[in-house]
Amino acid sequence: MPENFRLDKGGLINRDKKISFKFNGKKYFGYEGDTLASALIANGVHLVGRSFKYHRPRGFFGAGVDEPYAIVQMTRNNEIDPNVRATEQELFEGLEAKSVNCWPNVDFDIGAINNFLGKFFPAGFYYKTFMWPKSFWYKVYEPIIRKAAGFGAASIKHDKEKYEHKYEYCDLLITGSGPSGLASAYAAAQNGAKVILAEDKPRFGGSLLTSEVTIGNKSGKEWSEEMIFNLKSMPNVIVKNRSQVFGYYDHNMLVMSERVSDHLPTTDKYIPKQRLWYIRAKEVVISSGSIERPLVFGNNDTPGVMLSSAAKEYLKVYGVLVGKKPIIFTNNDSGYETALEFKKNKIEPIVLDTRKDTNSEIIKEAKELNINIKFSYVVVAAKGYKKVKSADIARISDDKKSIEKIENIKCDCICVSGFWTPTIHLASQSGNKTKFNEEIDAFIPSQSKQNETTLGSANGVFTLEETLKTSFSKGEELSKKITNKDNKITVPTVVEKKSSNHDKFWCVPLPEGKNYKRFLDFQNDVSVSDIHLALREGYRSIEHVKRYTTLGMATDQGKTSNLNGLQLVSDVENKLVPQVGHTTFRPPYTPVSIGAIVGREIGKHSKPTRKSPMHYWHEKNNAVFVDAGVWLRPRYYKQGNENLFEASKREAKNVRQNVGVCDVTTLGKIDIKGPDSAEFLNRVYTNAWLKLPIGKARYGVMLREDGIVMDDGTTTRISENHYHMTTTTAQAANVLSHLEYYLQLVWPELNVNVVSSTEQWAGAAIAGPKSRNVLQKLFPDLDVSNQGLPFMGYMEGNLFGVNAKIFRISFSGELAYEVNVESDNGNFMWEKIMEIGKEFNIQPYGTEALSTLRIEMGHVAGSELDGRTIPYDNSLEGLVSKKKDFIGKRSLSKKAYIEPDRQKVVGVVPLDKKTSIPEGSYIVKDANAKLPNPKLGHVSASCWSVEYDNPFSLAIIKNGKNMIGQKLFALSPLKNKTIPVEIVSSHYVDPKGERVRS
Amino acid sequence: MLHIKCPYCGLRSQNEFSYGGDATVKRPELNKEVSDQDWDNFVYLRKSPKGKHLELWQHISGCRQWIKVERDTLTHEIFKTLKATEEV
Ligand SMILES: [Zn+2]
Repeated sequence: MPENFRLDKGGLINRDKKISFKFNGKKYFGYEGDTLASALIANGVHLVGRSFKYHRPRGFFGAGVDEPYAIVQMTRNNEIDPNVRATEQELFEGLEAKSVNCWPNVDFDIGAINNFLGKFFPAGFYYKTFMWPKSFWYKVYEPIIRKAAGFGAASIKHDKEKYEHKYEYCDLLITGSGPSGLASAYAAAQNGAKVILAEDKPRFGGSLLTSEVTIGNKSGKEWSEEMIFNLKSMPNVIVKNRSQVFGYYDHNMLVMSERVSDHLPTTDKYIPKQRLWYIRAKEVVISSGSIERPLVFGNNDTPGVMLSSAAKEYLKVYGVLVGKKPIIFTNNDSGYETALEFKKNKIEPIVLDTRKDTNSEIIKEAKELNINIKFSYVVVAAKGYKKVKSADIARISDDKKSIEKIENIKCDCICVSGFWTPTIHLASQSGNKTKFNEEIDAFIPSQSKQNETTLGSANGVFTLEETLKTSFSKGEELSKKITNKDNKITVPTVVEKKSSNHDKFWCVPLPEGKNYKRFLDFQNDVSVSDIHLALREGYRSIEHVKRYTTLGMATDQGKTSNLNGLQLVSDVENKLVPQVGHTTFRPPYTPVSIGAIVGREIGKHSKPTRKSPMHYWHEKNNAVFVDAGVWLRPRYYKQGNENLFEASKREAKNVRQNVGVCDVTTLGKIDIKGPDSAEFLNRVYTNAWLKLPIGKARYGVMLREDGIVMDDGTTTRISENHYHMTTTTAQAANVLSHLEYYLQLVWPELNVNVVSSTEQWAGAAIAGPKSRNVLQKLFPDLDVSNQGLPFMGYMEGNLFGVNAKIFRISFSGELAYEVNVESDNGNFMWEKIMEIGKEFNIQPYGTEALSTLRIEMGHVAGSELDGRTIPYDNSLEGLVSKKKDFIGKRSLSKKAYIEPDRQKVVGVVPLDKKTSIPEGSYIVKDANAKLPNPKLGHVSASCWSVEYDNPFSLAIIKNGKNMIGQKLFALSPLKNKTIPVEIVSSHYVDPKGERVRS
Repeated sequence: MLHIKCPYCGLRSQNEFSYGGDATVKRPELNKEVSDQDWDNFVYLRKSPKGKHLELWQHISGCRQWIKVERDTLTHEIFKTLKATEEV
């Protein structure tokens, strides 16, 4: 039976509710209200992991967010959760956790050999050790480091848990519910301000839960409960526990992570696991408190060495003893609070105080209780491997440079207190130029950049009376600015013990002949000697020292190590700490799970999915879909056992021979209206637009100002001042912004309005030699003959009671029409087309056949208009007006754009007429030339020509104009292919364009 | 995340806007002679100031207006926002 460290009574846990849990496969019991850490300590478990670099045994160091050691891997609700701090994880029935960073197990860990190979792991060891030989990196070093390093392993399964995001606005966001947070929140709320009070822990009250103070006639804890009760009852206040404000971003935007269900065994159906709050606050109160600083001595990372405040918290909140023979090692009065708490529970502590005999209120009390106090004493080194067994202690000289004779005393824990470090992370993130306060040896916020105010111990104020006074008045002042109300609050009387000054001493010198490791950064295993080495090697800037030694770079962001690191650098360099300066704090203050960051934007929810009105018809008819931007489009319609290649070939062939129908709803559509529309189009497109008659469509190309083709499409003049523009699916949004830019900023004098109408219209392209027959039957009253509706003509018609727009335009190169109806009628139109087209062997075709048809016709599309090509490159120079000016025209006379051997689109056919050319292949002259083989250009699009029944590709190659007939090579290093090819015209099929006009 | 005051819609979060570059650049007039140098300056050359910068944003998920924003590129402070046709 393991020893029990739980007190018989006391603490804030619910002793009526026993909870069972497993750690490293072994079953233990705790109580409701425990953390995993407090429950393990109560069970006498002090070994929870191995350190990062040397694999030294790791126990518990803190009792909350600052914990550098006790990081575990959890299984909850059948999901794996790595990087969980045991000091923050609340216990629930059935919790399962295990140690990380140890192999094969925490008691016997192979990596611990690193501890004895310490000289191979000095500062910058990653940079030094694994530099040579280079070939070893991937095969030897990296896999070993991967296995040996890291805090847990992420699951590779899909995370079934739900996460969500919430946006909130408030007048005051208050980060922390200790005395300063409660007082400022209450004052602001009384003034009618909208307040959000966020507390990281499950319990509100911060330091009030563990301090021996009275406020008014209540204990600190009772007072905090009363304040929370009041705040919760106010409609203008949101009070949140288990919520960490981890990032302070621009314009007073803060982000908070709420652990909604992590403390429960499972997540309820309509509740997320975690919720990320984006909070835009008018004013921010940083009441995040302070974290106790460690003292540095030999083997100060041994399990059992922990912060004195943590020991007190385990006692007062959880009723748990961290040891039964404690040493309190302190340089200030805080350590005595822990000593008194032990004494109160019939445990005899020994206090080692680095100061000379002093007599503050609390020291007097300790003396009266006959607590063993040794002044001018230090712990030289902790003894014991997996747990502290004793301590080497010694008297230290007045100048703190030397130690006297070493004595060994038995102990089972060493509680250290090196004074307090204000938690200034959020203030620093907001841009506050912090300053060094010599009185407390720490940085505190100074000039605010955003609307942030830091209060209480986060601001270096360590007396409760002063904290409450300033916090009530700040809460009043900040809220008054917003609500104009002025509700004065009487500050209650406070009884607290007056402290004496702390000792600036923080690092115990090494005894003669010993080279104990004295750790600064407990999570990344950075010791005093590592910093010494980095400085000897010439690193000076604290930012460089940090990166070279990894000091403060672990997941705890150096919450317990930063200041001691700075102290050391300043001591060695003989500088003052403010001259050394601290490293930049960046969000997040605590690790945030990826799930919470992603929220609900997972899988298909990561962007909207747009479906055409005919989508369900496609689905029912075996369409295989493809993502086209945000749209889902049919790629092909599968018949029997067909694959993509067979199906698209069949569909394309049917268009060439009979008639096909393609859903073109996704094409961007922009409605253009106004008396200056023609003039505007004339400036936007490269060709002439002033004389387009009503009822006619025209193909146009638009450029960016740098002469690169931006988009192409047809625009139809519907009436005198009304045009219907189409864009490519991909560029629809950009083209609209582009048009708006010129109308609003460059030519505001033009009277034109543009609006997207993409979603208002459903479109079907009917293409093939028999398309006119289908159209005639769809619109029996219209004259759709070649004269009645010529190529590039436009008509309006009535499709069985539905208004339709008919455009005679073609992307396939065949006789073709596009019919648009209002979206709601899309499916009706489609079914009518299929029904009527049946006798003409109509078949639907998808994007793959569509590509085939346009490629063999030499119609350029996105793969050629790739943001790198000008009209000439795409053989579109015939559409560039010489007479008028337009967007981008001036760029076309650039020297590079008019070189005689400028690149141009060509057709490419393999000599064997069999081998398909992979898209992206290089076109080269000599397949065997020395690398890098001079590249003439690249293959932009490939298809199987259904007209000629052989592969055909488009390529953009240098001097393309004069390359027709040349025998070259297509090289695909990716697919390891070299294909002899012939360059042909890009217009492989119907080069004269007779079919579209037939 | 910036908080941008659209002159038409009021204070909105940055994710409703898209960035449009330097607002002081003037497009050369149509049908006018422009030297190579002037054209290159217009198309390519942009200052990248540390400090005050007058820039364009489009309220794409709102009123779709292009607006001018005077912003400090270092501190992200926004001094003022203007309609497209307004001058500082
Ligand atoms: Zn707006």
